[in-house]
Amino acid sequence: MIRYLKWTSFYALVAVIVVIAVFPFYYALVTSFKSGTALFRITYWPERFDISNYVSVLTGRNFPISIWNSIFVATLTVVFALFLAVTASYALSRVQFRGRGLILMTILAVSMFPQIAVLAGVFELVRFLGIFNSPWALILSYTIFTLPFTVWVLTTFMRDLPIEVEEAAIVDGASPWVIITQVFLPLMWPALVTTGLLAFIGAWNEFLFALTFTSSETTRTTPVAIALLSGASEQEVPWGNIMAASVIVTVPLVILVLIFQRKIVAGLTAGGVKG
Amino acid sequence: MAHLELRNVRKAFGAVEVIKGVDLDIRTGEFMVFVGPSGCGKSTLLRLISGLEDITSGDLLFDGVRVNNLAPSKRGIAMVFQSYALYPHMKVYDNMAFGMKLAKASKEETDKRVRDAAKLLQIEPYLDRLPKQLSGGQRQRVAIGRAIVRDPKVFLFDEPLSNLDAALRVATRIEIAKLHESMHNVTMIYVTHDQVEAMTLADRICVLRDGLVEQVGTPIELYEKPQSLFVAGFIGSPKMNFLAEKFADPYKAHTLGVRAEHLKVDSNGAKWKGEVIHSENLGADSYVYVDIGSTEPICVRQHGSSTFHPGDKIGFSPVSDKLIHRFDASGRPLAH
Amino acid sequence: MATEALDTVVVARPREASELKAQRVRAAMWFLVPMLAALAVVAAWPLLRTIYFGFTDTTLNNLYGGEWIGIENYLNWQVLASGAVRWRGILADPAWWGAVRNTVYFAVISVTLETIFGMIVALVLNAEFRGRGFVRAAILIPWAIPTIVSARLWGWMLNDQFGIINDILLKLGIISQKIAWTASSDTAMTAILIVDIWKTTPFMALLILAGLQMVPRDIYEAAKIDGVHPVKTFFQITLPLVRPAVMVAVIFRTLDALRIFDLVYVLTPNSSSTKTMSVIARENLIDFNKFGYGSAQSTLLFMLIAIFVILYIWLGRVNLSGEGSR
Repeated sequence: MIRYLKWTSFYALVAVIVVIAVFPFYYALVTSFKSGTALFRITYWPERFDISNYVSVLTGRNFPISIWNSIFVATLTVVFALFLAVTASYALSRVQFRGRGLILMTILAVSMFPQIAVLAGVFELVRFLGIFNSPWALILSYTIFTLPFTVWVLTTFMRDLPIEVEEAAIVDGASPWVIITQVFLPLMWPALVTTGLLAFIGAWNEFLFALTFTSSETTRTTPVAIALLSGASEQEVPWGNIMAASVIVTVPLVILVLIFQRKIVAGLTAGGVKG
Repeated sequence: MAHLELRNVRKAFGAVEVIKGVDLDIRTGEFMVFVGPSGCGKSTLLRLISGLEDITSGDLLFDGVRVNNLAPSKRGIAMVFQSYALYPHMKVYDNMAFGMKLAKASKEETDKRVRDAAKLLQIEPYLDRLPKQLSGGQRQRVAIGRAIVRDPKVFLFDEPLSNLDAALRVATRIEIAKLHESMHNVTMIYVTHDQVEAMTLADRICVLRDGLVEQVGTPIELYEKPQSLFVAGFIGSPKMNFLAEKFADPYKAHTLGVRAEHLKVDSNGAKWKGEVIHSENLGADSYVYVDIGSTEPICVRQHGSSTFHPGDKIGFSPVSDKLIHRFDASGRPLAH
Repeated sequence: MATEALDTVVVARPREASELKAQRVRAAMWFLVPMLAALAVVAAWPLLRTIYFGFTDTTLNNLYGGEWIGIENYLNWQVLASGAVRWRGILADPAWWGAVRNTVYFAVISVTLETIFGMIVALVLNAEFRGRGFVRAAILIPWAIPTIVSARLWGWMLNDQFGIINDILLKLGIISQKIAWTASSDTAMTAILIVDIWKTTPFMALLILAGLQMVPRDIYEAAKIDGVHPVKTFFQITLPLVRPAVMVAVIFRTLDALRIFDLVYVLTPNSSSTKTMSVIARENLIDFNKFGYGSAQSTLLFMLIAIFVILYIWLGRVNLSGEGSR
C-alpha cells in the first residue's frame, strides 16, 4: 500500500514537473492559432487552427529579416571564436609554460563580466569604427562572451585527449600545428559541434548589445524584434503575432537542443562542474 | 646504427631529482634492457633518450654527437608505447605512413617501407582497418610496424607487453627477439619491470634503483656475479635466499645469498635443517619453504613433484660452496 | 650503489631548453596571441573606457566632449544658500539603491529557489524510471527558449485581463480578483522571479544531476543495507558528496543573477520595483543621455561582481592549471 502511494506520488511529481516545463510553450502554440476576438477568450485547448498570425508575421518586412540577421551574426561570431579558440585551447591544455594558470583565470574572469560594464566602452568603439547599426557591431561585441566560453570548454575537452598519441606524433615529427589539425581535430569533432552549438544559442539569445547597437528595423536581431513587436497603440498589443513569432523562433531551437541533448549536457557540465 | 653514451645524466622535476647521475654506454646493435622496481626511473631514462623529456644536466651522445637539444624526430629514434598510442581515426596503413608523410617522403618510398614492415610483422591483412577493429596483440604489432617504418637507429620500447595477457606476452616477446635478430645493427632499448622479460630478451641488462645504475651486465653476469645485495635479490626467480647473523658468520660474511636452485635436499650431513612450512608444486619443479630459524623461510627447489608436506623436518645443503654468495655489511659482494 | 645523500642536492635548471620544448612554447605563444588580442580589444579596452567615462560628465550625444569630474558621478555635495548640504551622485541616489536592493533580493531568492527546485528535479531524473529520457527532454525546453521569448510568453500568461494564470487562480479560488502581475509594483518582482525560476531551474538541475551521477551507486546500496532512512541518506550522504557540484552551480548562477537585464527590461519595463543595476545603468547611459553617470553605475556593478569572483577564487582555491596535464 505504501509502495503504491510512493509510486503514485512520484509520478505525480514527474507529471507536475513536465507540465510546468512545457505548458507555456504549449499555450503559446494554442494562442498563436487564434486571432481577432478569439484571443480574448481564455481557452486551454486549441479550438481552430487559424494561421493568419503566422502569415502576418512571416510576410511582414521585419521579422524574416531579423531571423536572417540573427543567423548571420550568430554564425560569424561562432566561427570566429572557434577558430581562435581551437589553437588557443591547445596551448592552454597541452603546453606547459609560465603564466598558463594566470591566463586561464583571466579568461574565466572575462566570462563573468557583466555586459553592462563594457557597454559604454563598446559603444564608443562601435561609433569610432563606424559600424553602429550594422551586424559587425554585434559580431564584435558578442566576442566578449563567445570567445572565453569556447576557449574554456575546448580547453577542458583537449585536456582529456590521450598524451601518448600526442607523443607518438611528436616522435613522428609532427609540429604543434600538425598535431592540432591532423591528430586532435579529427578526434574533437563532436566537442567542436557541441561547443559551437552552445555558443550559437548564446549569441542568438543575446539582447542587451543587440538592443543598443541597432536602431533600425532592418538590422535588428530576432530577440529585439520579438521584444519590440507592438501594435498601433498602447492598448493593441498584437499577442497573436507575438506568439506566432515566438513559436517560429523556438521550434528550431528546441529541435536542435533535443537532438543534441546528450552532448549539450556534457558541454554544459564540462564548463560548469569544475573546481 | 647508433652507439649511445650517457654521461652523468640527471633529471629533476621541479625540486625532485628522479635521475641522479647515470653513466651508461649502449653499444651499437645491442639489445639493452632497463629493469628495476617501480619508481626507479627506468621509463624516465627512456624518455630522456627519446627526447620527450629534457635532460636537466649531463650529456647524451648518439655516435659521439651531443643530442640533448635535438627534437625526438631528429634523433633517429622510434618508440613503441605501452598503450600502443595508435592514431584512432587513421587506418593502419596511414598510422604507419604518418611519419614519412610528415617528412614529405615520396609515395613509392613510403608504400614500400610500410608494406615491407607489414610483411615482416604479418599484419598485411589489417592495413585497411582502424585500430579499434584490432585486438591488443595486433595493435601492438602495428605500433612496432610504425616504428620500423621510421628506419630508426635506435628502437625504444616502453613496457610494450604490460597490457597483453600472459600467453600473448610470451608470443610477442619471441617476435621482438626475432625482430632484433633480423634487424642487425639496430640498437634496441627496452624498459620493463619484469625480470623474466629482461633475462630472455637482453644482450645486456641495466638494473636501476632510485635513479641510479645498480649494475650493468649480461644476464648471466647479473645472475652469477651480482655486484650488490639488491641485484642479487632482484634477478632470478624465485628470489635468492638471504641468510644473516649466525648462518652467515661461519662464512665470515654479513649476509649469505644462495639461490633455491642451488640447494639440494640432503638427509645426511645437511648443512641447514628445519621444518617445512609450505610447498608449491609447479609440475616440472617444486619449491619447498623451510623454516630454519632465520628471518625468512628458505626456498629450496626440487625436481618433479615435492614429496614433503608442511610439518616435515628436512635438511638441505648447497650444491657447491662456489655457488654461495657472500656479502659484507654494505651489501657488496666478497670474493668466493 | 644508491646513496641517500644525493636526495637533497638542488639540481640547476637546464642550461638551454631543448629544441622540442622551445618549439612548443613558441607555437603556444603564436596560438595564444590572436585570442588574447581579441579579448583585449573587446573586453579589456572597453572596460577601461567605461571606468574612465565614469569619471567624466560625458553625454550620449557628445561622446568626446566630456570633461573630467573625478568622483562627482559617484558622490558630490553642494552647499545651498540656506547652508544645508545636499548630497548628490549615485551613492546618494535612492533610485540606485532601489536598484541594488532589487538586484540583491532577486539574486538571493532566485538562486535559492532554483537550487532547491533544481535539486528536486535532479533527484527525480537520477532515479531510474520509464520515460526518464522524455522528462529530461521536456525540462530542456524552458532552457532552450530565448529569454526574450520567455518574457513574452509569460507576459501573455500573466496578463491581467486575458492571462491564463489569473484564470486558473480565480477558478481555483486562490484569488478573488485578477492581479496585474507585471504592472503592479507589489507583484512585479514576483512575476520576474516566476519566469526566471521557470527558465533557469533546468540548468541548475542538469548541473546538479551531473554531480549526483558521480556518486557511486554502491554507496546508496550500502546505506540501504545498513537500513538508513532515505531522508537521512539524502542529508548525510548525498548532499555532502554533491556539494562541490552544487557550489559551482550556485556561484555561476549568482553571478548571472546579479547582472540580469533582459527579463526585467521586457517583462516589467519602467517598474521601479524590479529595476536592477544593469537596467538602471543602461537607462542612464542611453535613455537619459547621462553617459558618464551610467558608466559610473556600470563600474560599480562590475566591482561588485569582481569582489564576488575574487572571493570565490580565493576561498575555493580553484586549481586552474589542471593536474597532471602536459
